[in-house]
Amino acid sequence: MIELNINGKVHSVDVEPDTPLLWVLRDTLQYTGTKYGCGMGLCGACTVHLGGEPIRSCSTPVSAAAGKKISTIEAVDASKVGKAVQEAWRKLDVAQCGYCQSGQIMSAVALLSSKKKPTDADIDAAMSGNICRCGTYVRIRAAIHEAAKALA
Amino acid sequence: MSMQIENLSRRNFLQGAAGLTLGVCLPLRVLAAPAGPGKAGGEVVGSVTFEPNAFLRIGADNSVTVISKHLEMGQGTYTGLATILAEELDARWDDVKVEGAPADAKRYNNLFWGPTQGTGGSTAMANSWEQLRMAGAAARAMLISAAAKKWNVPASEIVVSEGVVSHAPSKRKASFGELAQDAATEAVPSDIKLKDPKDFKLIGKKAPRKDALAKSNGTAQFTQDIHFPNMLVAVVAHSPRFGGKPKSFDASETRKIKGVVDVVQIQHGVAVLAKDTWSAKRGRDALQVEWDDSAAFKLSSDEISARYKALAKQPGAVARKEGDADKAFAGAARVVEAGYDFPYLAHSAMEPMNCVIQLGADKCEVWNGEQFQTIDQMNVARTVGLKPEQVSINMLYAGGSFGRRASKDSDYLVEAAQIVKALDAKTPGKTPPVKLVWTREDDTHGGYYRPAFHHALKAALDDKGNLVGWQHRLVGQSILTGSPFEGMMVKDGIDAVSVEGAANLPYHVPNMLVDLHTPKDIGVPVLWWRSVGSSHTAFSTEVFVDQVAKAAGKDPVAMRLALLDKHPRHAAVLKLAAEKAGWNKPLAKGKAGERRGRGVAVHESFNSYVAHVAEVTLQKDGSVRIDRIVSAVDCGIAINPDNVRAQVEGGVGFALSSVLHGKITLKDGVVEQSNFHDYMPIRINEMPRVEVHIVPSAEKPTGIGEPGVPPLAPAMVNAIAAASGKWITALPIDTEALKA
Repeated sequence: MIELNINGKVHSVDVEPDTPLLWVLRDTLQYTGTKYGCGMGLCGACTVHLGGEPIRSCSTPVSAAAGKKISTIEAVDASKVGKAVQEAWRKLDVAQCGYCQSGQIMSAVALLSSKKKPTDADIDAAMSGNICRCGTYVRIRAAIHEAAKALA
Repeated sequence: MSMQIENLSRRNFLQGAAGLTLGVCLPLRVLAAPAGPGKAGGEVVGSVTFEPNAFLRIGADNSVTVISKHLEMGQGTYTGLATILAEELDARWDDVKVEGAPADAKRYNNLFWGPTQGTGGSTAMANSWEQLRMAGAAARAMLISAAAKKWNVPASEIVVSEGVVSHAPSKRKASFGELAQDAATEAVPSDIKLKDPKDFKLIGKKAPRKDALAKSNGTAQFTQDIHFPNMLVAVVAHSPRFGGKPKSFDASETRKIKGVVDVVQIQHGVAVLAKDTWSAKRGRDALQVEWDDSAAFKLSSDEISARYKALAKQPGAVARKEGDADKAFAGAARVVEAGYDFPYLAHSAMEPMNCVIQLGADKCEVWNGEQFQTIDQMNVARTVGLKPEQVSINMLYAGGSFGRRASKDSDYLVEAAQIVKALDAKTPGKTPPVKLVWTREDDTHGGYYRPAFHHALKAALDDKGNLVGWQHRLVGQSILTGSPFEGMMVKDGIDAVSVEGAANLPYHVPNMLVDLHTPKDIGVPVLWWRSVGSSHTAFSTEVFVDQVAKAAGKDPVAMRLALLDKHPRHAAVLKLAAEKAGWNKPLAKGKAGERRGRGVAVHESFNSYVAHVAEVTLQKDGSVRIDRIVSAVDCGIAINPDNVRAQVEGGVGFALSSVLHGKITLKDGVVEQSNFHDYMPIRINEMPRVEVHIVPSAEKPTGIGEPGVPPLAPAMVNAIAAASGKWITALPIDTEALKA
């Protein structure tokens, strides 16, 4: 059994230690806000925070997450930054199909947690691991600036 | 897909449901998926009291539920359709919810597609415009009538606003919910009056997206998120070549993997069923399959391309003929020629293809990001041995589609149906629900690509530089042949979507010939890809026009405008984009060593008109980026202007991926790309600024999901030519050729 602390709640799961964290979140525990997009850490749809850092859960074995704090999109509004990012996303109607947006939001929250007033270049650098096939990038940039403004 | 069968009449606008005042207190509905620790419990929808037609339900709690017959795949359909209905109903926007319609073509057919339900061709707003206005207005009239009787006042004195019905003289008011039960007993009015557009309160204004909340907190439910306690997940080993099938397989290693439950052979592969996705994938990876390639397609991309170029030397089936092109070329002072090549492209939606299916004795239920209800019902029914009406479909949010989920063969749904049928054959009546999950690799290899095309163009100029002859020859596979639309849209050897954007070239040229070769021996499955034929015809026509302008020494905007005398809507967007981009002012210079250029393109698709002006910067190493796109759009009445802007921004990003990176290639019939490292969508650092200007219009609304895509590539390539003097003739662009 592996113990996982997800959004402040502890779960014991009976899975192989090399199972990607993504599939434990999604299939074992039904935290389905975190998405599967590529399975290779290329698209960022599976981004969650592990010990406060953004990671790609599709290529992180669940054993590496044991004993650390995992936070997912389902509880991102628990933090001030998370709430501001979500609100900016809604205000600017960023999402189109929405499938990548959990990952985008998790990456944006990580950026704004470490950098209060990111430039466009900071945003491009921090967000370039997250693919959006609908091409919502213009609004992702604007929403991050919007959230930064709201938090200032 | 620009088929248009106008069959809307006021009398039958609420087909199937006409006259129904269904009534009172339908049973509580609970969403299919049960609660889990990661999500809220099944949402309980309140008791229903007023269901005046197939598109609307008003609850006692004042909830206004609009039923969307179209798929929400990102294009904003749920919000747009709800806006139309809510406008005529005078509902309060915050009370409005949207729910996906079931598969039922009698009530929910696409009015442009005859008796077929489905989403595509940027038709959702256009075909629903009058239907949903009538649905909203009829319900509003019934609420008014109910209030008039209840209060014993003249209906003409009653006003409806923001979900409240009121009668000023008697100072009475009631919410929709309070009147719902009475309104349900009213007859559907026969004479329905629609609003004057000047009175619109939602249409043309900002109505926030209805899916914004669920898509920002992880609760939006996609097919990938469906879970049943006894559900099995299927991952399939597919034939590496199109048309191949399993000869034999050894699943002994697969069956040793914990979680694997079963292995079944299907037509084009072997399915591994497990209790969860990861176990199924590991099981699939451990399979040993020997493939029978005797009927498989085995050519490589360069062989296909060589065949297409050879075909382009012969005349094809004529798609448009005006004047005498041969004579014009014979007498030309100057002839300009160019050839353009376009690769296969995968749709590569963020949510790889998937579906959930449950087979019962006399029914089959499907959960899917459902785009092609009527065709999918037919194909699934045929596979499992039921009637189409015995197949019910739950339409969930799709994590993108770009045309991929409107598969004419229902390919992945049929695959899932074959799996449950094979399971049912083993243990009849005991088949659990199955979720078919394609990995990103399966999705990239899976075919149904935008067809590869070769175009050859030739222009004749007279001694004054006037364009007097135009010849355009296209070579590429037909999408519609073999589809249910073939009879309607393939005529005399011309697939309408192969030549759309080319055969209807808006420029006035006296002598014109457009012809087409449709190779029938290329076994690569092809499909509509966001903007369909225009995804290549806008490029060839608009880049070639620029090449002609250059040869004639004319300004690209001025020359186009002179040739668009009969096409005012093209001309208007072109002028607006040029003006907003400062076309007549010089472009700011780049840093030392940088080359900058500006280019333009205009194109109509799906009855909407878009012009883009692109500004690009080239580096010494040939790398190129778009700094800014200035866009002008005419899509008739802009129901939701912010969504129009969003779709054009997104269309720019989607198209840019195909200009910079997108290419599916085959080696001996095997697709060479597999995931986002070798089939790359653009990332945020490649995304330009996009400014969108909307032409005010009183015309009926037309599409916006696709029309932003086609003019991007030619505008960008024309800008590259302006910066470098070099014309790109194949996509994606080869930056090697652009080195300084």
